[in-house]
Amino acid sequence: MEKAIKRYFPLFIIPTLAAFLIGFIIPFIMGVWLSFCEFTTVQDATFVGFKNYLLAFADETFVHALGFTALFAVVSLVLINVLAFMLAMALTKKLAGTNIFRTIFFMPNLIGGIVLGYIWQLIFNGILSQFDLALNLNAKFGFWGTVILVCWQQIGYMMIIYIAGLQTIPTDVMEAANIDGASGRQRLFRVTLPMMMPSITICTFLSITNGFKLFDQNLSLTGGEPAHATEMLALNIFNTFYSRVGFEGVGQAKAVLFFLLVVGIGLLQLRLTRSKEVQQ
Amino acid sequence: MSKTKKAGRAMGSVLLAILSIIYASPIFIILMNSFKKKTYINLEPFVFPTAKTWAGLENYQTGFDKYNFLSGVSTSVIITIGSVVAILLFCSMFAWYITRVHTRFTKFMYLLCVFSMVVPFQMVMFTLSKTADTLKLNTPFTIPIVYLGFGAGLAVFMFCGFIKGVPIEVEEAAMIDGCSPPRTFFSVVLPIMQPTYISVGILQTMWIWNDFLLPYLVLDQKRYRTIPMIIQMMKGSYGRVDMGAIMACLILAVIPVIVFYLFSQKYIIEGVAAGAVKG
Repeated sequence: MEKAIKRYFPLFIIPTLAAFLIGFIIPFIMGVWLSFCEFTTVQDATFVGFKNYLLAFADETFVHALGFTALFAVVSLVLINVLAFMLAMALTKKLAGTNIFRTIFFMPNLIGGIVLGYIWQLIFNGILSQFDLALNLNAKFGFWGTVILVCWQQIGYMMIIYIAGLQTIPTDVMEAANIDGASGRQRLFRVTLPMMMPSITICTFLSITNGFKLFDQNLSLTGGEPAHATEMLALNIFNTFYSRVGFEGVGQAKAVLFFLLVVGIGLLQLRLTRSKEVQQ
Repeated sequence: MSKTKKAGRAMGSVLLAILSIIYASPIFIILMNSFKKKTYINLEPFVFPTAKTWAGLENYQTGFDKYNFLSGVSTSVIITIGSVVAILLFCSMFAWYITRVHTRFTKFMYLLCVFSMVVPFQMVMFTLSKTADTLKLNTPFTIPIVYLGFGAGLAVFMFCGFIKGVPIEVEEAAMIDGCSPPRTFFSVVLPIMQPTYISVGILQTMWIWNDFLLPYLVLDQKRYRTIPMIIQMMKGSYGRVDMGAIMACLILAVIPVIVFYLFSQKYIIEGVAAGAVKG
């Protein structure tokens, strides 16, 4: 059978492979190479070694964005997952109206980041203007504004994954815990949470990588104001490329560092939570 | 059920209902403001429109006339449909081949797809837009090739996960009965994979419809703009910002998504749950 399929290599493989080359493989390899070059267009690149990387770290806005993004990712990770888990618990108790609630909580997830940013910009500025303040005056407002926005957007998504996880816990395990006289708290920490580790792994992985990769919401809500103080890594890279002539190489070096960071954090997070998963 | 337990459950429902109202309120605030005259929106965003501030459909009219919102809708629809169809068809074929044929090449392709899923867009942003520009992929009809390339990772990974669970005997039986591999794929494998097509289709639609940066960098902006691009440019461009038109366009961007969601909710939620378990 394998032999017969192999003859159809062009039909099955070529279309996706060609697009994959154009849309990922070639840009990725070129990206790594260009991070060691000085260039304004792809044709005039000259090799400069690690200069771009040194310049990237010498850029204060980049270092600031790194810290800001890391703090944001951790805060949003904790808030999103704790709240989504609580909602999932509440929505699996067969309360009246569960389906409607689930529909509403998931809905913001389908709205795009740019649209979300402008929706919340109006609301935050509407509240802040009562006190003669505005979103683009203080980095603290920008930080918490983005946290609220991202929570509003992603809690529903994580909630769905947690609900799916809660529904796979066999009822006999819970019954056994009940018969053994486990309290509500013991049932949560000794039964539910360990059984939920696969869902927790997925959700924390998604929310921490989403947090680091956030772009649209950052661009539309604050645009990095005031003075790059709320600029996150992805936006910082974008601005390095497209609003500073001659810094394309530095932008690409930042992009490589960003890629390594996202992969590293993703792997680290998977190892941390996977090790806590239990056999069912 | 005891009385106190019943009361507790009712309380729970009431709490969740209040939370749902708070959760849905941002959309209603924007809706409310889209009917106000533009100068009143920033002044009193949380007040219902009054006779003095009421603007009727004027803001929507501006959105259509001045900002060409409808052309944004058609651009977004063409890009999303074209890309999702291409991804579903070609990635499922690709995934079937690399799962059924065991060579070093297919194994490498699988690993490459998994790898591409974790690479952030900023890593390839600049070089991808230059490559797409060189190849003249800057129209809504050709950008699906770029989406197929950058979105292949997740789609191939999800299809592979499903195909591994399909018993190979069915396909062998079809081939013994004289089906060629393409025929086996299209009349045996494809129908079995229907649930996976729906899951992948939904995840990709959600991503491509809302995507801002890729079309912003790849498309020829003078001629084509997607909905997120139009909204970003209304706010980002110099000159006076027309808050009224922005409110109207935000509502116009959100309404189709919500309507689509309410009709296909079951599939969307299942698709998300399925995508997560495999991801």
